[in-house]
Order: sequence, then C-alpha cells, then structure tokens
Amino acid sequence: MATVVAPRRGIFARPTGATGWLSWVTTVDHKRIGIMYCVTAFAFFIIGGLEALLIRAQLAQPNGEVLSAEAYNQFFTMHGITMIFLVVMPMGVGLMNYLIPLMIGARDVAFPRLNAFSYWVFLLGGLFIYSSFFLGGAPDGGWFGYAPLSTQLPGDGMTFYSLGLQILGVASLAGAVNFIITIINMRAPGMTLMRMPVFVWMSLVTTFLLLFAMPVIAVALFQLMFDRVYEANFFRPSAGGDPLLWQHLFWLFGHPEVYIMILPAMGIVSDVLPTFARKPIFGYAAIVFAGIAIGFMGWGVWAHHMFAAGLGPVANSAFALSTMFIAVPTGVKIFNWIGTLWGGAIRITTPFLFAVGFVAMFIIGGLSGVSHSIVPHDQQQTDTYYIVAHFHYVLFGGAIFGLVAGFYYWWPKVFGYLLSEALGKLHFWLMFIGFNLAFAPMHILGLQGMPRRYYTYPDGMGWNFWNLISTLGGFVIALSFVVFIVNVIRSHKKREEAGDDPWDGRTLEWSIPSPPPEYNFARVPVVQARDDWWHKKYVETPEGEPTRVFAGGANGDDAHGSEEDAGHGIHMPDPSYFPLVASFGLPIMGYGVIFQPVLIGVGALILMLGLFGWVLEPSAEEAH
Amino acid sequence: MLTGVEAKFITEQDWMGTPGKRKSRILFGLVLATFALLVAACAPDAPQDVLKPEGLFAREADRLWRIVFPIAVVIFFVVEGVLIFAVIKYRQRPGREAKQFHGNTKIEVALTAIPALILAGIAVPTVRTIFDLAEERPGSMQVTVNAHQFWWEYNYPELGITTANELHIPVGQPVRVRLEGLLTDPVDGTEEVIHSFWVPRLMGAQDVVPGRAEFVLLQADRPGEYWGECKEFCGLSHANMRLRVIAQPQEEFDAWVQDMQATEEHEATLEGADLFVNGADNIGQPCSACHSVEASQEQPRIGPNLGGFSERGTFAGAIFENNEENLSAWLRNPPAVKPGAKMPNLNLTSEQVDALIEYLQSLE
Repeated sequence: MATVVAPRRGIFARPTGATGWLSWVTTVDHKRIGIMYCVTAFAFFIIGGLEALLIRAQLAQPNGEVLSAEAYNQFFTMHGITMIFLVVMPMGVGLMNYLIPLMIGARDVAFPRLNAFSYWVFLLGGLFIYSSFFLGGAPDGGWFGYAPLSTQLPGDGMTFYSLGLQILGVASLAGAVNFIITIINMRAPGMTLMRMPVFVWMSLVTTFLLLFAMPVIAVALFQLMFDRVYEANFFRPSAGGDPLLWQHLFWLFGHPEVYIMILPAMGIVSDVLPTFARKPIFGYAAIVFAGIAIGFMGWGVWAHHMFAAGLGPVANSAFALSTMFIAVPTGVKIFNWIGTLWGGAIRITTPFLFAVGFVAMFIIGGLSGVSHSIVPHDQQQTDTYYIVAHFHYVLFGGAIFGLVAGFYYWWPKVFGYLLSEALGKLHFWLMFIGFNLAFAPMHILGLQGMPRRYYTYPDGMGWNFWNLISTLGGFVIALSFVVFIVNVIRSHKKREEAGDDPWDGRTLEWSIPSPPPEYNFARVPVVQARDDWWHKKYVETPEGEPTRVFAGGANGDDAHGSEEDAGHGIHMPDPSYFPLVASFGLPIMGYGVIFQPVLIGVGALILMLGLFGWVLEPSAEEAH
Repeated sequence: MLTGVEAKFITEQDWMGTPGKRKSRILFGLVLATFALLVAACAPDAPQDVLKPEGLFAREADRLWRIVFPIAVVIFFVVEGVLIFAVIKYRQRPGREAKQFHGNTKIEVALTAIPALILAGIAVPTVRTIFDLAEERPGSMQVTVNAHQFWWEYNYPELGITTANELHIPVGQPVRVRLEGLLTDPVDGTEEVIHSFWVPRLMGAQDVVPGRAEFVLLQADRPGEYWGECKEFCGLSHANMRLRVIAQPQEEFDAWVQDMQATEEHEATLEGADLFVNGADNIGQPCSACHSVEASQEQPRIGPNLGGFSERGTFAGAIFENNEENLSAWLRNPPAVKPGAKMPNLNLTSEQVDALIEYLQSLE
C-alpha cells in the first residue's frame, strides 16, 4: 500500500541538522542559544574592558595624552553602552536561557524560534552599534545621552546610539515575553511558584521589569532619533521642547534597568550559596518577596538620578525617601545570604568565592547608594567619581562577580567537564584585588572633587595618586581574565569529566546528564518539594542534619529512565532559518535611517519575509 | 556526604583551601590595610575637597554626611565582619553536618525593622535640610549665571555688571544664584546644552538647563579663592569649563564692583585697542564683535566679557593661568589648546597677538 506523503508547507525544507556551524546558526535549542549569548557577551566584555583600560591609561596621569577629547568621549560612551547592553544584560539572559527550563523541569522555552530571534537581534544590534567606529565615529554623548547635547552632537554617532539601542530593545522585549510565559506556563507538575529556585524567581521579576521598562526607553529613543534625523523638537527648548523630558524617560527606564542587571546575579548567588553551605537558602519567602519588592519600588526612585536637575524640594524629598527605603528589601537579601552560610558546612570552591565576593562588594555598593539619597550631599557626589565607584561596586562587584560565580558553577553542567579549581581561585583573588584597587579609590577621588566624564584633569588637584592606583587595578582585573581564559583552554584540553552532579546540588538541573541531552528530561519530573533534587538524595535526621538516602539520586534517579528508552518519542522543535533572516531586517533599517532611506524599505521587507516564513513553516519536517 | 561516584572527581583538598588561621589573618590584614589607606587618603590637600566645606550649603551637606557616613562605616564593619566570620567558622569539618534550618522569623523581622528605623532617622534631617537650603535668605545678593560651551557668564542685575568665569562675592553674605539656561548659543545659534554649576567647598551642584531657571544658595564663610567645575557632560571641553569663586571682605568687594562699573580708562593709543575694536584685513571679525571690554556693558554676549581682564588669575574657562605665554598660545589658535572651543582660529600674526596681549593686560 502506498504511503500518502503530505504536501510540504513552506518554501524550503526546515533544517534538521544537529552538528556543524549551520546547526548553530539555525538552532532553536535554548541551551545552544544560552551558550551563544554568553560567549558573545564575553567577547563584548573583552572589548568593553579594553575600552576601560584605554580610559584608565588616559587618566593615569594629569594632562594625559593617550586619547584626544574626541576619542575619549567615544570610548567612555561605548564602554558604558557595551557593559550594560552588550555584557551584563545578555550574560544574565544567557544564563536564564540555559537554566530556566532545566530548573523548572521543562524541555525548552515557550517560543524557541523567538528565543533564537532574540539572540540574533542582540548580536546584530551589537555589531550595528560597533560598526559606527568605522562609519564616521562612535556615539560620543555618554551612554545616558542627555538632550540637548545628544540631539545636537554632529556626526552620526548619537544616531547610531538611538537606533542601536532600539534594536537591542527588541531583543530584550522578545526575551522577556518568552521567559515570563515559560516560567508561568511550563513548570513541571508539582513545581509550584514557591518551590522554584530563587534564580527562576529573580528571572521572573527581571523579565517583568524588562517588559515595562523597555517600551519607555523605546519612546525616548524614537524621539531622539526624530529630533536628530527628521528635525523634530521633542527635546529642543528653543522650539518648545523640554530637555528634562529625556531625563525622566531615560531614568524611568534606567532605574529598573539596574535592577534588571542585578537581580539575575542575586538569583545566582541565592542558588550557589546553599549548595556549598549544604543547607537551604535562609528565608526563601523573604528573599523572593524582597526581590518582588525591589522590582516594584524600583519604579519609584528614578529621579534620584536628577537631584541636581532642579525638580524642587518636594520632588527631591519624595525621591530621597523612596531611595532610602529601597535599601530595606536589599538588606533583607544580604542578611539572608549570611544566614544561609550560618551553621553550614561550607566547601570553599571557586563559584562559592565569587558568590561571597558578590555579597561583600554589594554591601559596599549598597551603602554608598544609600549615601546618595542624602540630597544636599548628593549634589556634591553626583557626576563625580564617587558615583562611578558606587555603580561599579554594584555592577562589577555585584553583577559581574555573580555572573562569574554562575559561570564556574554551571560550567560542568553545560560542557561536561570541570574548570580547574586552582586557576579559578587565582582568577578570583586577582579579580577581587584588582577590582578593589580600581574602584575603591574612586570614592576618594569623587569626594576630592573629581567630576566624571572628564577626558583629562590638571596637576595640583590632589587626584594624581589615586588615579594611578585605579589604573593599576584595572590592569590587574585584565590579568585575572587572562587567567580565566587560560583556565578554559587548559580545562577543555584536560577534560576532567564532571558527571551529572559534581557539586552535590539541590535543584533539578543536577539530576540530568552533563551536558544535558537535547530534550533535557527523558521523563518530565514530578516535583514534591523545593530543592527537590536534594530531597531525593537526602532526608533530615531528627536533629535537623541531612543524611544520604541509600541509592537516592544515584544514576540520576527518575530523570534518566533506561538508556535505550532515553529520548525516544520526545520530539523537539526543528531548527529554523527564519529567526536569523528576520533579525537582519532591523540593522538594515537602522542603516537606512542614517545613510540611505531606501534601506529602510529593504530592511522592512526582509523583516516581513522573515516573519512570514516563520509563521508559515511547518513545526517539523517529516520523521527524520 | 557524597557518594563514591561523585567524590572521586572532587577531593576534599580542592575545597578546603588554605588552613583557616592563615586565611583569616590574611583577610584581616587586607581589611586593615585597605582602611588605613582610605583614612590616609583624607589627608592630601585638594582644592575641590568636598570634605572641607567652607560655605553654608557645603557645610549643611557635610553635616548630614557626618551623620550618615559613620553609621555606614559601622554597618560595613559589622555586616562584613559577620559574613567573613561565617565563611571561616562554618567551613566543612569532618563529623559536623550543616544545620538544616530554613529561616528565623524573629531575626528576619528585626533585620527588616532596624534598617527601616535607621533610614527613617536619616530621612528627617535630610528632608529638613533640603527645604532649608531651597529658601531665599533675606539680604541675598542676586547673581545670574548663564552657562555656555565652555565658559561661565555672570550678571549682577542689582549692580549692573557682567563678568565671566571668575565670580566675585562678598564674604559671609548669602548669594542667590539664578541659573538661567540659555536656549541657544549666541556664537553659532546651536542649541545650548545642560551644564552644572559646582563649587565643591561652597555648594552642591545645580544644573543649568536650557529654557529653565533654577536657584542655588552660594555663601562663603571666609575670604579666599574657591575652585569649581562644570559637572554635567556638555561636550568636548566639558573638562575645560572650570570656574573660580573669589570671596572678598565687603570693602574689597565694593571696590571691585566700583572698578567694574567704571568705564575702561585704557590707553586708546595702544595698537591692540584699535585691533580689538576695528579688526584687520586678515581677521574675519574684530574681537569686539563677540567680546565687550566694559563690565557695565553686557552686550555683545557672544564671548566672555573681558572687563577687568588684567585682574583675572585665569582665563578661557579658568583653565589657563593669565600670563603671556598662555595668552599667546590661546590667541594663536583657541581650538588647538581647548578642544571644541567656539572661539575660532583668527589667523592672527605674531605682532597682532603681542599687541592684543598688551591691550588685554591693560584692562583694569
């Protein structure tokens, strides 16, 4: 009997390959996408770091001659844009990508192709912004782009800024939608919200923040673009516009943005510390609710970036108060992390060190942050190196230390082999010392009156010594990352097999093989408790101490099933060309706005064709 | 503990690290050294040192800082101390397992309430000071500040004088500074940008926003010269937009005012004077097209008012000492020595430069 072959839908066959470069370019697997996010973000981290080293080289001495004023303004602008939009955010999203399905017992995210689209738009958006260096000059109005300076700076740099961040915003929004739906809808049976790992909770809050914050800056960026390219007057006071409108819109986005950057790292630390202390997170509910509170309250503090802008004593007082009180949920988290360590049986590993480093440095950054709420004194602190010190303590000492902790912690799960502990600890100590050398002195420099965004400073201000120390610290940080790269290369060669659960972990990702199979879980787990994986391995004695269940958790327990059955009948979505195709449309439209309006149409067409192909292609090719 | 399967890949040695005592000594030494360094840093003399307030606003801000900073230091030592203590004390040891507790409601509530109370305590003086500093003091002298790329213009409406970059004020008298944001730059008609007026030892910064006017309280306790800078990124020479506030005893200030109000009595026979007013064939525009040499004459407001120029210690946004060498370099090619300066290269000859310097240094 002849079999009936269904007619093909779509223009050409959906790719099905699982190996080779094409399989990466068309992948819709959240694990591969997560890896690509993190690798790309790390590459941008190196570039942003080199920009920082140039800045520090210029400022090492008074009247520096390493960079001209023009070059300096581009480098400090791009350093900020890179580290925020091309490093910390995508690294957080990359880890969220890889881990969330694994932690909630799902096989992928809700919209795998949208996930791929987010990644490609991020990559192309980053390349678009960096192409400005070769096309007339990079943005030079600061990452915060205050109008009217940003509307009237000559050249195309700030236009690249307005379009590039717009493109990146699309990636963030798509990702936010994807993760919210994944977390809410795709948890394994028994995985209630209050049984989710803290990392998943923090990611949920982060994605809601993204969902509401990105549209605000999208509006501001459109207005900036129209002011620059199409002679609009949103921010032109001589035509009735208002420069403060930009600041309000920017910081309404910008403040939730900093919580977007820190919450995933806080989530990582909240999962790393319990593993190495061998006890549950202290105050799970409080940490979760504190994270939610930070998410809410973060919307009410934006004008603390504007204390010198002239909003008046009533507004300044209101924002002083809201800023002070956001320290309360933050403090709750810090105390609960310490409580997690208390009474523990701590194994001091590399990820543990970075997680503790996060807590230690975030305490400092948090305290200096509270000092900014003292409005009259903030009028002294604002726009000086005191502020630069604060945000590097929370974003580097906080977010980066936390993300690096996550790298070391989940590396064995992702790649199947362990990173060297000795080199990892060397990385930590070099980074810790270098970081503090680089940024602690900036508190002093700020209080001694050194403003930000200065391409040079004169002799005789009392700033020479600490600037030199800070530059030295920057180079020590760079050295620490050389150690990291050496670690990766050596460990990859050595290939010390990690096994499923090298750290004796608590959460579901440690119950499956390293690296996980494409479908993650052979059998969808049924979750019975928070830290379900831990509770499969251990029960509590009457004294409250964990004791190993005989053969519990061995061979991955329920998750594997038998080796031959593993994977049969589990169908994962096929790879697809169209997220990549569609994503090309956006930067082409961007180039169209700057150089040649025809390209706007071309880019829009590519985007439309990509979306149509996406919608119309079959969910899978015939059995393969 | 681990099953045999996993344990063989990670040994106890990897996790234990260096023995406890040595590690805690190292850490303690690091902390002490850092703190010592930071304390030592408070010593050097920095002209813009925020921690050495010499004006009313700065002192009020510092008073709040002196409440908050010690609290922050105590919290720092306590919390970091407990953290480091926990890491060291609760290291894995044979025979001791981790206590599996999930929280402690009493402690959690206390550690939420105590910070909130501390913050409430800080909030009260802060809000009071915010409102206090916003009030106009009786007997204030009025000064209007306009910010240009990249210099400061000062107008004394009650006294009828205009000057630039160096602001004279009488000691001990409150000055109500009106920061008036120009809409466009008279030099080239471009949109003016946001600047921020800041004199660290005297007052916190206040932005000068195009199209808006805002006030700030400036008052110096003692006679002296106080340095300030633009604090809001404003373009290429943001770093070169400095200023001086010169606080003088009342008689000296009055004498300065009279001097500035009087018409310039320079030697009209100076060659530079003619050059300044009428220009020359090789110069696009005469200096007088942009600069006034009479402090009592506000217009033209395109470039800084040069009334009393010879008395100034600095020029070009208070970045150069007022001497022949610097003036020469500046007049030859302003944008070359100050990136983005809006005074163009006028292609002056050496003789013209010398003549102008002679003239400028005669302006009292």
